[in-house]
Amino acid sequence: MSEQPETYAAAAEVGAVRKRRTRLERAGLLLKSAPPSAWFGMIVVGFYILVAVFADVIAPYGEAQIHPIPFAPWGGEFMFGTDQIGRDVLTRLIYGARNTMGIALATTLLSFLIGGGLGLMAAINRSWLDQLLSRFVDVLMAIPSLIFALMLLSIFGSTVTSLIVIIAVLDSTRVFRLTRAVAVNVAVMDYVEAAKLRGEGLGWIMHREILPNIMPPLVAEFGLRFCFVFLTIAALSFLGVGIQPPTADWGSMVRENASLIQFAKYDLTAAITPLLPAAAIALLTVAVNFIVDWFLHKTSGLRDDH
Amino acid sequence: MTTEMNPKDGILLEMRDIRIDGYSDERWHPIIKGVDLTLRRGEIMGLIGESGAGKSTLGKAAMGYTQPGCKLTGGSIMFDGIDLAKASDREKRNLWGTRIAYVAQSAAASFNPAHRLIDQTVEAATRRKIRPDAESRTDAVELFRALQLPNPETIGSRYPHQVSGGQLQRVMTAMAMSPRPDLIIFDEPTTALDVTTQVEVLSAMRNIVEDFNTAAIYITHDLAVVAQMADFIKVLRFGEEVEEAPTREMLTKPEQPYTKSLWSVRSLEKPEVKGEDIVLSIDHVDASYGPLKVLHDVNISIPRGRTVAVVGESGSGKSTTARVITGLLPPTAGTVSFNGKPLPAALKDRSKDQLQRIQMIYQMADTAMNPRQTVYEIIARPLEFYLGLTGKAKEARVMDLLKMIELDESFIDRLPSELSGGQKQRICIARALAANPDVIICDEVTSALDQIVQEGILKLLLRLQKEFNITYLFITHDIATVKAISDGIVVMYRGKVVEQGLKSEILAPPFPEYTQLLLSSVPEMDPDWLTNLLEARPV
Repeated sequence: MSEQPETYAAAAEVGAVRKRRTRLERAGLLLKSAPPSAWFGMIVVGFYILVAVFADVIAPYGEAQIHPIPFAPWGGEFMFGTDQIGRDVLTRLIYGARNTMGIALATTLLSFLIGGGLGLMAAINRSWLDQLLSRFVDVLMAIPSLIFALMLLSIFGSTVTSLIVIIAVLDSTRVFRLTRAVAVNVAVMDYVEAAKLRGEGLGWIMHREILPNIMPPLVAEFGLRFCFVFLTIAALSFLGVGIQPPTADWGSMVRENASLIQFAKYDLTAAITPLLPAAAIALLTVAVNFIVDWFLHKTSGLRDDH
Repeated sequence: MTTEMNPKDGILLEMRDIRIDGYSDERWHPIIKGVDLTLRRGEIMGLIGESGAGKSTLGKAAMGYTQPGCKLTGGSIMFDGIDLAKASDREKRNLWGTRIAYVAQSAAASFNPAHRLIDQTVEAATRRKIRPDAESRTDAVELFRALQLPNPETIGSRYPHQVSGGQLQRVMTAMAMSPRPDLIIFDEPTTALDVTTQVEVLSAMRNIVEDFNTAAIYITHDLAVVAQMADFIKVLRFGEEVEEAPTREMLTKPEQPYTKSLWSVRSLEKPEVKGEDIVLSIDHVDASYGPLKVLHDVNISIPRGRTVAVVGESGSGKSTTARVITGLLPPTAGTVSFNGKPLPAALKDRSKDQLQRIQMIYQMADTAMNPRQTVYEIIARPLEFYLGLTGKAKEARVMDLLKMIELDESFIDRLPSELSGGQKQRICIARALAANPDVIICDEVTSALDQIVQEGILKLLLRLQKEFNITYLFITHDIATVKAISDGIVVMYRGKVVEQGLKSEILAPPFPEYTQLLLSSVPEMDPDWLTNLLEARPV
C-alpha cells in the first residue's frame, strides 16, 4: 500500500485486489501446477485425438480393405496381424479411435444438452415442471440402462444416429439429476432473484446467471460421462447392436476376435489381438479420469490455499 | 529479559512490536506492522477499526495463534512470563482453552451440533483436569445463571440448535469462563445479533468478566458497543495503531483525524421533509408463506422523493413487505399501488416498465452480484435491457454511473470478489440506478458494513435522492441509520405495523411499548449508557 488517505474514499477501500492476468497466463500457471498423473492423462488424450483426426494419413490400409489371409500372424506386412476376414488390425484400431470416440463425444454432448437444459429449467422453475421432469427421470432411471438401450436399439435399428440419440437420452437422466442439484443452490442466490426482478427471461437466467456458476462440477461430470458412454458403446457393439460393420470400432473388434484367446498356448501374440482394442479403451478411460480427478481437485476447494 | 518483570505491575499480556505477514497473490504482505499492546489483569481493552485493519489478526496473535496463510515475522508476546511467539505448539495448547479463551463471532458455527451444550461447556476444564467433572457441571450451571440464561439448570442438556443466537453466544461465554481463564478474547461477539438481544448479551458478558476479574480484549467495529465494554480503546488502521486512550477520554476528545472521522459517523442526520405526492402505497396487505401468515393488514404509503424507513427486529415482516412490493410474493389480500394505479400481484404479470420503476438493493452485496460477471457487465445489463442502450452510448452511461457512485473506470473489468464490501454495495446501487427507477427498495443495505463505510453509502444514497428525486423504502433494524436517512418511519412487529409517521413524530415520546424497547436498545456513544439502561429497565 503506497498511499494511505487520511479521510475516507470509496475507491481507496481495501478490496481483495488480485493481479490481473490474461487467459493465457492463467492457463500457463494452471498447467504448471498439474500433477504427473494429469500430465499423463493429457498426453494420452492428446495422442488419441491426433490418431483420430489423422486416421486417414496414419493407417497403412483402408478401413474396410480385406486382405487374402485371415488371422495373419503379427509382424511383417501386418503389424498386429489380420482379423477373421483378413482386415488389418492396426488399421481398424486407428479408425476405431475416430469412430468410437467421435460417437461417444457426440453422445455425451447431446446428453448434456438435454439433461443440462432440462435440469436448469427444473431448478429455476421449481413448480409442476420440476415435479414432472424429476419423476419422469426417476422412471427412466429405474430401468437398467443397458437392457433399456438394447430394447430400444432393437426397436429403432442400430444406425449411428439412433445409437447416439438413445444413449444420449438414457444418459441425460444422470446429467439432469446433477445439474438440477447444483443449480438449485445457485438459483436461490440474490443475483438470480435480482435478474428475475429485472424481468429477465428463462434463457438469460439459465445461460448467463446460473450456468457459469455451476460449470466446474458439470465439466468434471462431462469427463466421467464420456468414459461411461464410451464403455456403453463398446459393450453394445460387443453384444452386436452397437456400431455395425464394416465401420471399425473397438467394442466389436473385441467380439469379432474373441475366439483367438483360446490359441494362447500356441501363439501368445495372437491371443493378445482381441485385447488390444480393450486396452485402448482402458487406457483412454484411465487417462480421462486422471484429468477429471485433477480438475475436481482444483475446483472442489479441498486443497491447501497456500 | 522481560520474564523478570515485576509481577506486582499486574501486567498479564505484553505484546511488543508485533509484525504479521499474510500470503496472497503469491507473495507475503504485511498485515500488522509493529503494534504494541499491554493489558493488565482485570482490564478490558477495546480493539476497533474497519475491516482489513488487522484487529482480528492481532486479537488472535494475543493467543500466540496465527491463522493459516499468516505468519508472525517479529515481536514478542509475553503472556504471564511465557513468550508465546517462541513457545512450542504443545506449550500453547496447554494455555489455550484454560488460561486464554476465545469467543468467536458466530456462535452457531462454533458449537458442535452433535453434543449437548453442557458437555461442550465443561470440556476444556474436564479434559485439562482443572477440577472434577461433576464440580465443573455445577459450576457451569452457576455460570449460566450468572449470564441470565433462562432455566440455567436444564438449558445445558439442550443441543445448540435448540437455543436462540443470543443464548448461544452467552453459552459460549460460559464455556470460555468455565476454566477461569486469565484472558478472554471476544471477536465481534454481538455483531450477528439483533439490537434487542445484543443488550442482554453485552450486559451478561460485562458482568461476568468484572465478577471474575478476567482480562479481556474486545474486538468490534461498533464504537457504541465498545464504549460500554472497554476500560480503554485502541484504534487500528492499515495494521498500525492510530491511537490508544482510556474510553472516556477517547470518546470526548479523540486526537487523530481518523478517529474523529470514526466518531462523527453516528452524527449524520437528515432533516425530514414531509411529502404529499404518494408514489407507492400498500393497502390492507396480508401475506403468507404456505399456511404461515406473516403479514397482517399492512398499510404503508410512501411519498415521492422521500425515504420511508421500515424498522423492526428479525422476523417482524420487513423483508416480506419488500417481497410483496416487488411481486416475488403475491399477497393473499390487499393491493400495492404505484402512482395511483394498482400493480399486478405477481411478478410475471408486470410489464417491463413497471419492473423498471421499482428497483431493489440487497443486504449482502456478495450474493447480489453474479461472481462470474464483471462490474461492467453487471451495470450494463439494465441499461441494455430496459433502455436498449448499446455500444458507445452504453459504455458512456456505465462510466457516468461509476462516477456517480464515486468509483472510477479502473473498476470496470473487476469481478465482485476483487471489491471491498462498500464497493460491492456501490456497484449494486449503480445497477439499481441504471434502470432510472422511481423507487428503490433498500433491504438492510448497510448492516453488513463497517460504520465508516456505512456513512459513505448513506451519504451517497442521500445525494442521489436529491439529484434524481428517488424514493427509498429503507428496511433496517439500526436506529442510527434511520435517523441518518429517513423522512418517515414505519415500525413493524410480528407482521403488523405498530406505528407509522414522520421521523420526528415516531422518535418523540410517548412511545408504544415495542418502539420504546427498540429505541432504548440501540447502543449510544456514552460509556454509561448500558449501566443506565439496565437500571431503568424493569427486571
